[in-house]
Amino acid sequence: MDKNISSKQVLNDMISRHYAEALEAKKSGELVAWATSIVPQELLETMDIKVVYPENHAAVLGARKDAPVFLQNAENNGYSNDLCSYARVNIGYANLKESAAGNIPMPDFIFCCNNICNTVIKWYENLARELRIPMILIDTPFNHTFDVPEHSVKYIREQFNHAIGQLEQITGKKFDHDRLKEVMKISTETARLWKKATALAAAQPSPFNGFDLFNYMAVIVCMRGKQEGLDLFKFWAEELQEKIDCGEGPWKDQPEKYRVMWDGIACWPHLADTSKILRKNGINLITSTYPDSWTIVYDSDDLDAMARAYSSNYANRNLAYGTGNIVQIVKDFSLDGIIYHSNRSCKLMDFRQYEVQRQVHEQTGVASVIFDGDQTDPGAFSLAQYETRIQALMEMMEQRRNERLSRR
Amino acid sequence: MNRIDKIISALEEAANHPAKAVKASMKETGKKAVGCFPYYTPDEIIYAAGLLPVGLWGGQTDIKLADKYLQSFCCSIMRINVEQGIKGMYDFLSAVIIPAYCDTLKCICDNWHVAVPQTYLIPMVYPQHRKIASGMAYLIDEYKRVQKELETIAGKKITEKDLEDSIALYEDYRETMRHFTAIVSKYSKTLNAKTRHLIIKAAYFMDKRLYTIKIKELMEELKRLPEEKLDGIKVVVTGILAETDALLDAFVQNRMVFVADDLAHESRQFRTSVRSEGTALERLAYRIADHEGCSLLYDEEKKHGQLLIDLVRENHADGIVICMMKFCNPEEFDYPIYKKEIEAAGIPMLYLEIEQKMDSAEQVRTRIQSFAEMIKLGSSSKSTIG
Ligand code: SF4
Ligand code: SF4
Repeated sequence: MDKNISSKQVLNDMISRHYAEALEAKKSGELVAWATSIVPQELLETMDIKVVYPENHAAVLGARKDAPVFLQNAENNGYSNDLCSYARVNIGYANLKESAAGNIPMPDFIFCCNNICNTVIKWYENLARELRIPMILIDTPFNHTFDVPEHSVKYIREQFNHAIGQLEQITGKKFDHDRLKEVMKISTETARLWKKATALAAAQPSPFNGFDLFNYMAVIVCMRGKQEGLDLFKFWAEELQEKIDCGEGPWKDQPEKYRVMWDGIACWPHLADTSKILRKNGINLITSTYPDSWTIVYDSDDLDAMARAYSSNYANRNLAYGTGNIVQIVKDFSLDGIIYHSNRSCKLMDFRQYEVQRQVHEQTGVASVIFDGDQTDPGAFSLAQYETRIQALMEMMEQRRNERLSRR
Repeated sequence: MNRIDKIISALEEAANHPAKAVKASMKETGKKAVGCFPYYTPDEIIYAAGLLPVGLWGGQTDIKLADKYLQSFCCSIMRINVEQGIKGMYDFLSAVIIPAYCDTLKCICDNWHVAVPQTYLIPMVYPQHRKIASGMAYLIDEYKRVQKELETIAGKKITEKDLEDSIALYEDYRETMRHFTAIVSKYSKTLNAKTRHLIIKAAYFMDKRLYTIKIKELMEELKRLPEEKLDGIKVVVTGILAETDALLDAFVQNRMVFVADDLAHESRQFRTSVRSEGTALERLAYRIADHEGCSLLYDEEKKHGQLLIDLVRENHADGIVICMMKFCNPEEFDYPIYKKEIEAAGIPMLYLEIEQKMDSAEQVRTRIQSFAEMIKLGSSSKSTIG
């Protein structure tokens, strides 16, 4: 890669190209799929199918402040404002098909995996029905146990075979199992590099610049099975390592005072505001539960390993796993605080958040606050409340720090 | 009191005082009780173990303690279940089964361990791919796991014969209930919306065998009476459940008769039979595979709307009432799809947003009244009150 440009520029180019190519492909008659964010994309990549990710697209529309017209359209069609705003934006978009903030091609079929939530099943059912297109579902039963039980692995693996049959039917092509092994290799390597790069944020000061994570996430979602994705994370990791070696922190004009984790999705329509307030106070957002969510690595190259991997993400596992994971993050990244986003959209993340916060606090003593917001619906967020909560977080972090110093 | 009134008031009494009714059933049968969260828990297996399955569908408790775990935008039925659990209202149960159909239920399972440690939890997951072989196999494995847990609680092994007997009893119950809901239009005064609801609800707190006998008796007695003239409005009602008392009273006051329902709390529990072939657990799994038109079960064809339209046609109903449980995502996602289909079919529709605990039913009452008036005026063209 050209070392005169930064990884962030490469990232931005890649994302624009990702969308442009998908639109191009559709025009020239290629099949396009819409898929959920932690889907076994290996199956689609093996078939060389162009995939776009509605969650990522909705986030883009949210960040570029173009979500409201789609939210309104969904509401006019009977969608309750209580539903996940990614779903509402996307369903509105499927209807209107045009956004100044960026377009995606309409799908020929949809590919859904409920390892992030069961909401996506309902959302995709509706798309399949409204657009009269086939739906492929990979159902990953929620893990009440810490690990993925064997009967789940078996069920998921057999669904992979079922999905392969559906894909062969939709495309009229044979599925190439050797190619799958290659794609699995790239995917797992990309995920490892993603994990490695995001883990570099642990350095003190952190080379991460606030909301970096949310930007690079687009690639781990959209290009996990591609060589370019792998290359980007390698490049990013090198860049971060250089910064660490020079002792460079996040900002040129101010030091990193506090290190925090963000729990949940960003508030895309308020990205600038939410990050500015942190930066103003010297708070650096260095991690979240995302690095682990997309660390989809398999111990071998068979479908069982892939089944286990796709059912093992944070959102699909029990509270003990979720809490343990954050406790580890607090230690690994030497965190001063946690900002919990009570995201009006995401019931799965919300309805365990209070208990996670309590247990993490008990086990680590780390300072934390919860604020109300939404990932793409601008209405659920109050800047005043956010500021007050961050202020409170500052005070708690300051107090803990003083206590620690006085104990020395 | 005549026999009919006696039977009805006993059932109403059970429905209105669940804890008392369950404790009475436990005493009467000498069984331990297992709580069943919504939806489609394997009650047949519980019953086969010699235990008493009890339905836990919220209630009328004020929510305070549950706020420690759940934000206010969680559905009221689950906030109330957690509240009641924390308060110790389920302490007399030997266990509860919580199936993780929706995102909320997944979280409730996780919170339960912490919030209600005294009430043993058996979590369950139903496959969404319920029609393909691997999904069925997964479900049977889940049933087997739950069966083991129940055997420990009951202190006995469940035989295939126990399961078959239990399935036969439940099939009888389901068939009886289908007959019962079908005669409502013939006895629409005696079986008004509220009474009908309470009679069906009582099943959750009684032994199924004894309950089914009561319902059969009631129907026998009713059939001896002349049919009652139906001079109200015939509706099909859909949603998770149709409660509170105030809501039901409003239906009765406006002479709205529930000629059929698609409520998760009512007909969705008994409209689908088991198949005759296979082992007992396979037969139970087929029931889930064959069940249609429920927002909790994956259906890429979205047959929910057609099911509602068919119910209207078969029962010559005047319209559909949607009792939308506030904050219930699965139901809220189905609505826009079936709304379009119902509108296209020219069927009048009333959309009510409900919570199990409503501060004021005033708004709901007004809307029910306007809907009733609109139907009476026969203006079905522009007919959605939404
Ligand atoms: S935000 Fe939550 S509810 Fe919405 S798609 Fe993502 S995981 Fe599902
Ligand atoms: S299906 Fe709806 S009402 Fe039932 S628990 Fe889930 S959100 Fe609540």
